[in-house]
Amino acid sequence: MDRALNQTYKVVTLLSALVIIAVIVGIFATLLYQSFPAIKAFGIFDFIFGTEWNPSTEVYNGGRPLLGTIITTILALSIAIPIAIGIAIFITELCPAILRQPVGTAIELLAAIPSIIYGMWGLFVFAPILERTIQPAIAFIFGSLPVIGSFFQVSYGGGANIFTTAMVLAVMVIPFIASITRDTFMQVPAVLKESAYGIGATKWEVIKDVVIPYSKAGTAGGIIIATGRALGETMAVAYVIDNRHGALESIFSPFTTITSVLANEFNEASGIHLSSLFFLALILFVANLLILSAAKYMLRGSIAK
Amino acid sequence: MRSRKLTNLIALTISALCAAVGLFFLFFILFDVLRNGISSINWALFTQDPAPPFGDSAGGLRNAFVGQGILTLVAVIIGVPLGMLGGTFLAEYGRFSKVGRVVSVLSDIAVSMPSIVIGTFVYAILVKPLHTFNGWAGAAALAVIMLPVIIRTTEDMMRLVPWTLREAAFALGAPYHKVIIQIVYKAASRGIFTGILLAIARIAGETAPLLFTSFNNNFFSLDMTEPMPSLTVTIYQYAASPYDSWVQMAWAAAFVITFFILILNIAGRLWIKR
Repeated sequence: MDRALNQTYKVVTLLSALVIIAVIVGIFATLLYQSFPAIKAFGIFDFIFGTEWNPSTEVYNGGRPLLGTIITTILALSIAIPIAIGIAIFITELCPAILRQPVGTAIELLAAIPSIIYGMWGLFVFAPILERTIQPAIAFIFGSLPVIGSFFQVSYGGGANIFTTAMVLAVMVIPFIASITRDTFMQVPAVLKESAYGIGATKWEVIKDVVIPYSKAGTAGGIIIATGRALGETMAVAYVIDNRHGALESIFSPFTTITSVLANEFNEASGIHLSSLFFLALILFVANLLILSAAKYMLRGSIAK
Repeated sequence: MRSRKLTNLIALTISALCAAVGLFFLFFILFDVLRNGISSINWALFTQDPAPPFGDSAGGLRNAFVGQGILTLVAVIIGVPLGMLGGTFLAEYGRFSKVGRVVSVLSDIAVSMPSIVIGTFVYAILVKPLHTFNGWAGAAALAVIMLPVIIRTTEDMMRLVPWTLREAAFALGAPYHKVIIQIVYKAASRGIFTGILLAIARIAGETAPLLFTSFNNNFFSLDMTEPMPSLTVTIYQYAASPYDSWVQMAWAAAFVITFFILILNIAGRLWIKR
């Protein structure tokens, strides 16, 4: 009796565990099936590198949304990485012991705020501030440079643009990088640090030459996880990038990303348009899967989290 | 020598500034949500359904609160038992098996899957064939988001229970399933409960997966086969609307949902530390 019950329970738990595999395979198969018409009509290569997105001619290529996703992610990371590493240094090396926990928790709470709130706040509060302050400053400094200058010129008002999107995304991914980096910094053996202090190194030299090199893999893993987050972030981006299908003119212009196209057009789309959107979702899914697998690989063994 | 000390000072000051920047943004966002939201909080928000933007009364979001509650509850009813059973396999029966390791890694990856992709997936299997947005689809999307979170926390928490505790029960002749249910679950209950709280906090703020599944409904509805209102999708639509009263209501809803999530998060952390 007990034996049978035990066997039953084992099978039930096994089947429940297998559900997650079924879900992941199911997502891949479903998205692939749904995007088949678009793949057939435009071809994978042309879809990825083509820039036309035209409802009247029914030609949909994903080049611009893909470019938008890549640009906003790279910009966001280049803002977030130094700040997040700075935060990790502060928490592990500088912060008084009693404040360590509260500061760490506060930074992690940034990750708990829903993305729609970031979007609303970004559009109504943050975008106007950026438009009045940092945006004209950057445009003034870089706008007159030859060749690349036009990428920093302002031609749209309202503050909803690539730069604002990257700033909002940066705030959103900081907690992911900061908390993983902090955890790996904490694992640096005290003996290593002490031996550096022993030969007269300053605190910064210990951080730069001992702590950071020792925890490279963990930090890289955190950055990759943040990349995955930034790529797939939807609601905040949908608010502040304004989803426009024009050519890329400047980082201060509205643009489009995979997620903003999905959020804005999915419910009104049908036929080949819908299929193209499914194809974009598939690309996002696969990219995310690869990126997170890479993160898992880098983080293996360094922290058991 | 002087310059090394100077570099040290500058670098450490910058890192302190970074922490200040992070904290600044947290309080900046919370303060704005509080400031804009609290003025629109009133009794009608919870007791009335939305009114047209031009009427005398601004109405409320009762439908969205109830809809959000139903969607979350159904997601919990599907996601929690399934996730706990799956986590049980990873920590107990499948502890040393290959299947267990694969599922564990896949769950870790699934935790960070873009939620909008899950929305498109559920749309394809539960909305398109039925030709209507419906509450079941919304709850299913939330359950899919919840599942890997529950699996991983259950696994982690059950692994923390010392193996010797199980051996003590085995020695008394208890079969494995009884050991799991009566000993291990009990020992890990605090951690698992915290995990469930955090998973609820996670899905309570999700918008993207609901957009294509339960969508939204301006009327009060308890029918899961119809489009179901939710706070987050309501915020999305109201905040972008040209009507001041709707934008105000979006801020009020944003206030309620943000502080609900923060309280769950903080409560979960305090609970696990005790």
